[in-house]
Amino acid sequence: MGVVTAIDAVPGSTARRSLVTVDGNEAAATVAYSLSDVIAIYPITPSSTMGEWADQWAVEHRPNLWGTVPTVIEMQSEGGAAGALHGALLTGALATTFTASQGLLLMIPNMYKIAGELTPTVFHVAARSLATQALSIFGDHSDVMAARATGFAMLASSSVQEAMDLALVAHASTLEARLPFLHFFDGFRTSHEVTKVEQLAPEDLRAMIDDDLVRAHRGRALSPDHPVIRGTAQNADVYFQARETVNPYYLACPVIVQSAMDKLGDLTGRRYRLFDYAGAPDAERVIVLMGSGAETVQETVEHLATRGEKVGVLKVRLYRPFSAEHFLAALPSTVRTLAVLDRTKEPGSVGEPLYLDVMATVSEAAALGRAPFGTAPRVLGGRYGLGSKEFTPAMVKGIFDEMGKARPLGRFTIGIHDDVTHISLAYDPSFSTEDPATVRAVFYGLGADGTVGANKNSIKIIGEETDNYAQGYFVYDSKKSGSVTVSHLRFGPRPIHSTYLISRATFVACHQFSFLERLDVLRPADPGAVFLLNTSFGPGEVWDHLPRAVQEQIVAKGLRVFVIDGNRVAREAGMGGRVNTVMQTCFFAISGVLPRDEAIAAIKHSIEKTYGKRGEAVVRKNWAAVDRALEHLAEVTVPDRATSVVDLRRPVPVEAPGFVQRVTARMIAGEGDALPVSAVPCDGTYPTGTAQWEKRNIALEIPAWDEALCIQCGKCVLVCPHSVIRAKVYAPGLLDGAPSAFKSAPARWREFGDARFTLQVAVDDCTGCALCVEVCPAKSKSEVRHKAINMTPQAELHDQEAANWTFFLGLPEADRQVLNAGQIKDVQLLEPLFEFSGACAGCGETPYLKLLSQLFGDRTVIANATGCSSIYGGNQPTTPWTINRDGRGPAWANSLFEDNAEFGLGMRLALDKQAAYARELVTRLGPALGELGPALLAADQSSEAGIAAQRALVMRLKECLRGLAGPEARELACLADALVQKSVWIVGGDGWAYDIGFGGLDHVLASGHKVNVLVLDTEVYSNTGGQMSKATPRGAVAKFAAGGKPGAKKDLALMAMTYGTVYVARVAMGGSDAQTLKAFREAEAYPGPSLIIAYSHCIAHGYDLRHGMDQQKAAVLSGHWPLFRYNPALAAEGQPPLQLDSKAPSLPLKSYAYNETRYTMLAHSDPETARRLLEEAQSDVQARWRMYEHLAGLTAAGTAPEDKHD
Amino acid sequence: MIDLTTQYLGLRLSSPLVASAGPLCEDVGHIRRMEDAGAAAVVLPSLFEEQITLESDYLDHHLSHGTESYSESLTYFPDMGSYNLGPDAYLEHFRRVKAAVRIPVIGSLNGVSTGGWIDYARKIEQAGADALELNIYYVPTDPAMTATHVEDMYVELVRDVKASVKIPVAVKIGHAFSALAHLAQRLDRAGADALVLFNRFYLPDFDLERLEVVPRLTLSSSHELLVRLHWVAILYGHIRAGLAVTGGVHEGEDALKAMMAGARVAMMTSALLKRGIDHLSVVRAGMLAWMEAHEYESIEQMQGSMSYRSVREPAAFERANYMKVLSSYALPTQGSPGAGDEPIWD
Repeated sequence: MGVVTAIDAVPGSTARRSLVTVDGNEAAATVAYSLSDVIAIYPITPSSTMGEWADQWAVEHRPNLWGTVPTVIEMQSEGGAAGALHGALLTGALATTFTASQGLLLMIPNMYKIAGELTPTVFHVAARSLATQALSIFGDHSDVMAARATGFAMLASSSVQEAMDLALVAHASTLEARLPFLHFFDGFRTSHEVTKVEQLAPEDLRAMIDDDLVRAHRGRALSPDHPVIRGTAQNADVYFQARETVNPYYLACPVIVQSAMDKLGDLTGRRYRLFDYAGAPDAERVIVLMGSGAETVQETVEHLATRGEKVGVLKVRLYRPFSAEHFLAALPSTVRTLAVLDRTKEPGSVGEPLYLDVMATVSEAAALGRAPFGTAPRVLGGRYGLGSKEFTPAMVKGIFDEMGKARPLGRFTIGIHDDVTHISLAYDPSFSTEDPATVRAVFYGLGADGTVGANKNSIKIIGEETDNYAQGYFVYDSKKSGSVTVSHLRFGPRPIHSTYLISRATFVACHQFSFLERLDVLRPADPGAVFLLNTSFGPGEVWDHLPRAVQEQIVAKGLRVFVIDGNRVAREAGMGGRVNTVMQTCFFAISGVLPRDEAIAAIKHSIEKTYGKRGEAVVRKNWAAVDRALEHLAEVTVPDRATSVVDLRRPVPVEAPGFVQRVTARMIAGEGDALPVSAVPCDGTYPTGTAQWEKRNIALEIPAWDEALCIQCGKCVLVCPHSVIRAKVYAPGLLDGAPSAFKSAPARWREFGDARFTLQVAVDDCTGCALCVEVCPAKSKSEVRHKAINMTPQAELHDQEAANWTFFLGLPEADRQVLNAGQIKDVQLLEPLFEFSGACAGCGETPYLKLLSQLFGDRTVIANATGCSSIYGGNQPTTPWTINRDGRGPAWANSLFEDNAEFGLGMRLALDKQAAYARELVTRLGPALGELGPALLAADQSSEAGIAAQRALVMRLKECLRGLAGPEARELACLADALVQKSVWIVGGDGWAYDIGFGGLDHVLASGHKVNVLVLDTEVYSNTGGQMSKATPRGAVAKFAAGGKPGAKKDLALMAMTYGTVYVARVAMGGSDAQTLKAFREAEAYPGPSLIIAYSHCIAHGYDLRHGMDQQKAAVLSGHWPLFRYNPALAAEGQPPLQLDSKAPSLPLKSYAYNETRYTMLAHSDPETARRLLEEAQSDVQARWRMYEHLAGLTAAGTAPEDKHD
Repeated sequence: MIDLTTQYLGLRLSSPLVASAGPLCEDVGHIRRMEDAGAAAVVLPSLFEEQITLESDYLDHHLSHGTESYSESLTYFPDMGSYNLGPDAYLEHFRRVKAAVRIPVIGSLNGVSTGGWIDYARKIEQAGADALELNIYYVPTDPAMTATHVEDMYVELVRDVKASVKIPVAVKIGHAFSALAHLAQRLDRAGADALVLFNRFYLPDFDLERLEVVPRLTLSSSHELLVRLHWVAILYGHIRAGLAVTGGVHEGEDALKAMMAGARVAMMTSALLKRGIDHLSVVRAGMLAWMEAHEYESIEQMQGSMSYRSVREPAAFERANYMKVLSSYALPTQGSPGAGDEPIWD
């Protein structure tokens, strides 16, 4: 039975091409970089690494095809990148960019222009979902489909090799076709899949690119030497005709692309077609789709076709311009049913875009009698794989089965269970097409243990040291600390087309023993598979410690079990907690992919290659880990039945609310895929306060309290990034029934009399960051290393502290009205309404958010820009913003990255309007409300007591309104809560405030409306992996600033101050917690807009974050981060509005900066530049301080205060 | 014409004034100015083996920390082409210094493992060092470690390094030894070409407000010279290795005293940090003026002239001196010139 293969794997001349193991992003970027001279970039997941590669290569002076180094520029947004690109293109540059998702949407306005002007360029897109009911960083075609009307040609790659090959086809074709190209491949699945591919050689690029066409493009450039005018405005007379002038170009494009594909095929042996067909030549059922899913369909089709099934797949490569002629020619004439799969959703449409195109093509051909088939096939439309939802051969089989039915569903979804509109197809998940010759390995690791890095390494070794084909794909969870990673590795003698996760593994490794209690790690294990476990238990004792479910699977599937004490081996080799090298060595030893000696040699060689430049010591310790690993690897004799009494842990406690039990718990347990449509909210609205139910238990050490030493200052509570260390003051009688280990001390508050004080740690939620211990000022007089809180091994404290925490939660919260929120000591007693986020351990941002929640949380609405704070603040399955006992707490929403200030202003306008309308209604209802009306209108809400009083009045109002008839009473009942003052906080990082959202922020600050803006300034795009922002300081290394940022940090505070009407504060909690607190309270009290710029230490700074607060202090002392407050209210009193809260720089900048890798790595890589930039940065510090000192002496009128009567 | 030349580590130096390893020697420009101001040789700052290892580990840790954990930020730093870690940066500096000045350049090495010492010693030799100073900065905190063991370690290191390089090797040690003269002899026999007396250990200080131990860098003063003079005078003539004084040389007179005790060179750092590089020329001029006034013709003429074996009363170097000082010491009266001087037993 003949099976047509889409790409004949016939190698062409491979002599000058090397086999490399890369991911899709690198594959595409390699070509794009070589064929460009201007590259405008902006980071957005999952495309960021394409820009990072381009930047790095430019820094390394790698030349492009013409021997010159491209200019790479990071812009302030994707809109900016597209604009810059447009200008570069019209001025004759070969220009490219990389983007995804909302980034592509921001480029759309320019894309229309670029296409309308017939300008050759290629945009490389790692296709990603769009933010709708929620943001998703994962892959589908929503973004590229939103750009399909721009006039760009659209070329889809479905594998890493194709991402490289078709990138070249796109660059070659655009020059000839004069149509700009959007070259896309699936986000994560292709952009991040690591695979062995054949690298295109420079000669290939040379052969494919016609320099005459390059010169023709340059000849069309704007130049005063041969001036033209473009971008004119046209009137009703000619616009339409002008729009039609481009038709010939679109008609010619498909042939141009096919001829480029053919040329590439001649060079490489890899042949592509605009529509590639694979499967039975006489297929009756054909699936049409594009992207990585096409690989899986092809794998399934080949599997089924060899069994005699008449099935096929048509892979769409050139989606726009859509060539009906080529499409029809590619289809077997025998086709009776087509299923067109779209990886996007167009709500309200008759069908998704590709379906509509195919439908129109087929029916038109049938109507005109041009069809190759006798009877027009039935065309079905299906959606699959949104947001990287798995798309497996089992699902493909399900679709083919449906297509074979007499009355198949015309519109369907696959891969989910839709119990609402009932259009999802059922399928048999056990169906598999996995090649028995392919080794399939799954590894469970912690982010911190280096598992993924080691596995990427293993794939490189296997790919480059053996003849095997190799593929690696990596799944991460949504937390930034203590995150679980799952690596999926395939390798074998035949090409790998499996673009889905491994569900039938021949090898499973669990690198953290604790995973066994909460994850079903053996679920993917095939019968007879090997299981490698990192455990401190030896081969003779481990069995009794395995949970029963694990034992049962080992016995039932007949698994071979190996153990190693990887942590001990790693520790002894000097590797700390990174078990990566140890486990990698064991994998090679057991899997036998290479003879043991060769494997060891290859691992060692690879270690030297990877770590050599970090120094010999690093190589040596990794080598030591390799040598020791094998000595400690042992096989376990497996008993013939399960005996364990240990059960898997519940994902959430039984007392969690219903929604959390039904929905959240399944997501936590990794079973979210099985949730039906009906289980998920339809508009993206979720309950807050769910992080408390996800007990992650990730800290190896937790702070333990010494109540005798504690001075109850509250600093530890203030700095805790995860709200896991808390204080309460309560009546002594409440200690009745306390667990025996529950600690308390006499409260050191005069106003609370004989009350008790307890400092309690949430043992299951602590990340062990130790910021609290570092900041604790109370030391033992007889042994100074012992403080009032001390990091202590968690395991022995766990049960006792878990019980203590539960008891502690039951104690009453302090009465807010009697606390003095102006002092840190009292602030520790304010209940945090932001807790247990998934931020990095020791995060520098979250303490500010927690403080915000403590001070104003019960009346706050938060607009949160996309970034770290929107991820740890709003990523499923559980979120940290929570409620108090009255059910009040911050209401939070994320709109986008670029619009957050405007989004927050909108909230303010709505709240103000509602308050005003409610007040009008109170007035209108007048006498009916009696004394209540005037009391409500006159209430002073400037204090906690005032707000509490107003809330009481509103409650009375609601009661009163229940007795009143008429529309105004009903309106007021609905809006009564608006009479209590609300606080609006606009929160985001420096990427938003300094760069992409600056225009909007500026407008909002200028608006005069009462909004509070909190900028969590990490001086870098932290969430997308450390790219330079305009907040990045001079001399710091960041991505896109690999040579050290040459320019000074933008002074956002100074810019805001120039309005004279904005409250501005620059704070650093570690520099002065009292000043931070003062700034938050003044900002909220100020009647106009406020801006707080908060120094936030960050994992992207490169030092142990337990010292974050010390480093903040150093930032202040060095003058890098002067503390000040600019209060326009003072100006009204004739006082200088700017108050400096820190002293003149007293610490050399170097003493601050060189504690951080972001600075020292430049000193290592380019000492001369580092020295120069440090000197310049030191001058910046002095100059800025002098300027601030001067400003601090001036009143608003620009005079010194003593001059004001002059 | 007064002859200031001296012989040290087989090198003929134009004067005994040598800039010892210090922060000023990290800059080629500074070293050029030292040469201009009269430094006869320069010792570059120590290549610390331990520091290299630490820097490597630190960089590796922070480049790896937090990576491959979260889908949006798989790394946090760009991958640089190289990091100049290990001895590369040091050796590069060495080559640049050699190219920039005519005076001899002496390398300095502080290692912790025999392998490391030998490897780095060779590299420094290859970079063009005229000589090598082994800066043995070792604090034996382990109570189980005996004095003999520590001394054996020193001797072994010197022997190993001497066997692996051809350039002369000096050994810089501290003075906390129970039998310093004997150790000096052992080092001498192990092949040390010079002994540099003494290393100044940076001692930790206490911050009473924060109850923390803080490192403190104090610059030397002339009174620290005395212990050096003492030991150079004692060792002079007893060992083959040349002697160098480092620590407490601030004025021309200090340098002259060092010579008279028996040193071949007097090394300076603190004085230059306090008073600037040009202070070297002041010291040189001071030496010349004194020698002229006292009709000395050459440095070599005075070297060892006041050593243990050259003075009339060698007992002054021994316990008898201690007795004498004790009995002669009177409490200073307020405002008297001696006020503020520290008694010797402090």
